[in-house]
Amino acid sequence: MDLSLSAEDRAFREEVRAFFRKHLPADIAEKARRSFHLHPEDMLRWQRILHAKGWAAPAWPKQYGGPGWTALQRYIFDEELCMADAPLPLMAGQGVNMVGPVIYTFGSEEQKAQYLPRILSGEDYWCQGFSEPGSGSDLASLKTRAVADGNDYVINGQKIWTSLAHNSNMIYCLVRTDPTVKPQQGISMLVFPMDTPGITVRPIISIDRGHSLNETFFEDVRVPRSSLIGEEGRGWTYAKFLLGHERFTIAEIARSKRRLQRLRQIARATAVGDATLADDPSFRDKAAAIEIDLLALERMGLRIAWEMDQGIDNMLSASILKLRGSQIIQAVTELSVEAMGYAGLAYESLPDGLSHSPSAPDIAQGKMEEFLFLRAATIYGGSTETQQNILAKMIYAGA
Amino acid sequence: MDFHLSDEQAMLKESLSGWLERNYGFDQWRKLTRRRPPQSAENWDSFAAMGWLRLSLPEEAGGMGLGALEETNIGEAFGSRLVVEPYLSAIVLSAGLVARAGTPAQRSAMLPAIGDGQLRIAFAFAEAESRFELSRIQTRAMRTEAGYALSGRKILVLDAPGADRIMVLARTAGEISAEAGLGLFIVDPASQGASMHPYTTVDDRQAADIIFDRVIAEEALGDPEAAYPAVAAATDRALVYLCAEGVGAMGALCEQTLAYVKIRKQFGQPIGDFQVIQHRIVDMRVQLECARALTLYAASVSDGEPVERARAASAAKAQVGRSARFVGRAAVQLHGGIGMTDELAVGHYFKRLLMVETMLGDIDFHQKRFASLPSELA
Repeated sequence: MDLSLSAEDRAFREEVRAFFRKHLPADIAEKARRSFHLHPEDMLRWQRILHAKGWAAPAWPKQYGGPGWTALQRYIFDEELCMADAPLPLMAGQGVNMVGPVIYTFGSEEQKAQYLPRILSGEDYWCQGFSEPGSGSDLASLKTRAVADGNDYVINGQKIWTSLAHNSNMIYCLVRTDPTVKPQQGISMLVFPMDTPGITVRPIISIDRGHSLNETFFEDVRVPRSSLIGEEGRGWTYAKFLLGHERFTIAEIARSKRRLQRLRQIARATAVGDATLADDPSFRDKAAAIEIDLLALERMGLRIAWEMDQGIDNMLSASILKLRGSQIIQAVTELSVEAMGYAGLAYESLPDGLSHSPSAPDIAQGKMEEFLFLRAATIYGGSTETQQNILAKMIYAGA
Repeated sequence: MDFHLSDEQAMLKESLSGWLERNYGFDQWRKLTRRRPPQSAENWDSFAAMGWLRLSLPEEAGGMGLGALEETNIGEAFGSRLVVEPYLSAIVLSAGLVARAGTPAQRSAMLPAIGDGQLRIAFAFAEAESRFELSRIQTRAMRTEAGYALSGRKILVLDAPGADRIMVLARTAGEISAEAGLGLFIVDPASQGASMHPYTTVDDRQAADIIFDRVIAEEALGDPEAAYPAVAAATDRALVYLCAEGVGAMGALCEQTLAYVKIRKQFGQPIGDFQVIQHRIVDMRVQLECARALTLYAASVSDGEPVERARAASAAKAQVGRSARFVGRAAVQLHGGIGMTDELAVGHYFKRLLMVETMLGDIDFHQKRFASLPSELA
């Protein structure tokens, strides 16, 4: 047993850090610091820089244009991304971390050749059509219908919470192809362009007043049968595979570490009488409590990364990671807003979509927006209560 | 990075679980804790024969020179069976202090006897006004012609009744909270001027308050003015061991509680079918896994650089304290009335976890200590 990073892993960290220091544009880092809702042009610019280096899709195997890193290297890469305030690949639409792995694992050779290079280059920008108004945690009850008609499918229905649909040119979508079998077995996954006739996207403004969420409507949308990923009726399996992939990244361990650092900077910039909030024992205790939680999460994350490299599939830990990770995201963003006091309450939206806290120090810009938007952290990707249900099933079965 | 158990660890885990399975069922524990003192010399001899007592002692003193990771294997196994023998006090703390602070002559005189189970030393550090601060020591050690004379009062000296010697943390110089000027002194509990007031702890073990009135120590362990770094290192190691005991006890509670909610029926069905119970079971497990992750981390750095060692030990202890509260309370709650009876094991695990939570510093203390040390996230 040796729980420290090897010399190779430490050298890898230095390499990544040096690259970001040299190549991450300062204006992009500044925007990523200030807001969630980045412009697609900025994302694309960053994606191209990573792509030129061969780092656009950290989790992909070499044969599909990824760097072929170990899970531990990906973990280190992610940490350096966060510490440099770089946008995460996750924010570059859902191509890299979501649909890409589904396509190279279950897609046809034609689909791989057609889509994977365009995900890497940033030419295609993907969104996800999973949730529906009546199908949130009970995703398998989804009703959007795809009916085979000659060489096509005809799609009718509605998706909701389609993040970045308004910036996306491609969608991967769960649809019901067979209403006569068990709900999970009648679902298929289709991929198609967003400019296909019959698709309407309507914005949903979230409580931070930002726009990243949408409703997407499908009215007699006709797509070729070659849009099907894998086999008909196996969409649920592919979705579970994808969400399993996601659970590791959406715990946001490294991003929470960065947020905690920022929180302490805000506290130092916040005067309380002759001292600062950073000197307040109660604040220090609260921040320390979060840091301890985060340290435990980090040790679990490293263990999962190691297990992935050993070929051990630890679903229990992955669910715990998502559950705790999202709670810690909320704890640190809550304390950030608490630290701002009155300055947090002044909150404006600028014409470019960014938020602005006029009476807050520069270091605290974007914090109220983040706090508000990240109420979603315990809802998306399988809500806390859904994770508890999944975990209960595993624990009752002896995990 | 490699999380695989070493061969030594795998063998150790196997021998621990085999021996405990045969000799440490709850009924056996109950018989044992009715004795005064509630320990068994036969068990201690068995521990010595299995090599568990000399596991972490240095090799030149007949030990196996293994580290904190192996000690956590012992702690977790002992915690899972509520082992009452004085492993924490006699081995992790006292032997650890002899190894760290003793002169070469003292190490070779004492450690082999400790490893053979022939010499048991209890460690007297806490005082009524020190709360959890290890350097806030009022007990004085005055140099006299007959040797060091100790005066003061120590509380909660774990396993003092039945110990062959007491190791006393006392001040030879400096202000009350100074780290400099502290020494460790070996005392025969039968010495003139030493009066011991033994009592049972909340978890059915034995401890004592000891009053020292000009008690002449047999010897000072190493430098009588500079013991603090060794005390800090040994107690950080002991924190990791305590955390492992907590993880073991919590693991047992999670298992027992899950088994119970599956068979206990109300409203015509097992209560474990109710979602509110299922989610509580999940939350218990999540708390256990958080505690396990930080305990392992703290063990892995416990022989390393002192600041990281201290930070990790305090983080683990605070986490284990919080987890212990949650898991202990939820276990009693989900068992309902039967969970708070003396008859069932659950309440005894609950009380052991209370010891783990408080010994060597509670949640608040370690959170503050953690916050006071430099962080990469400052």
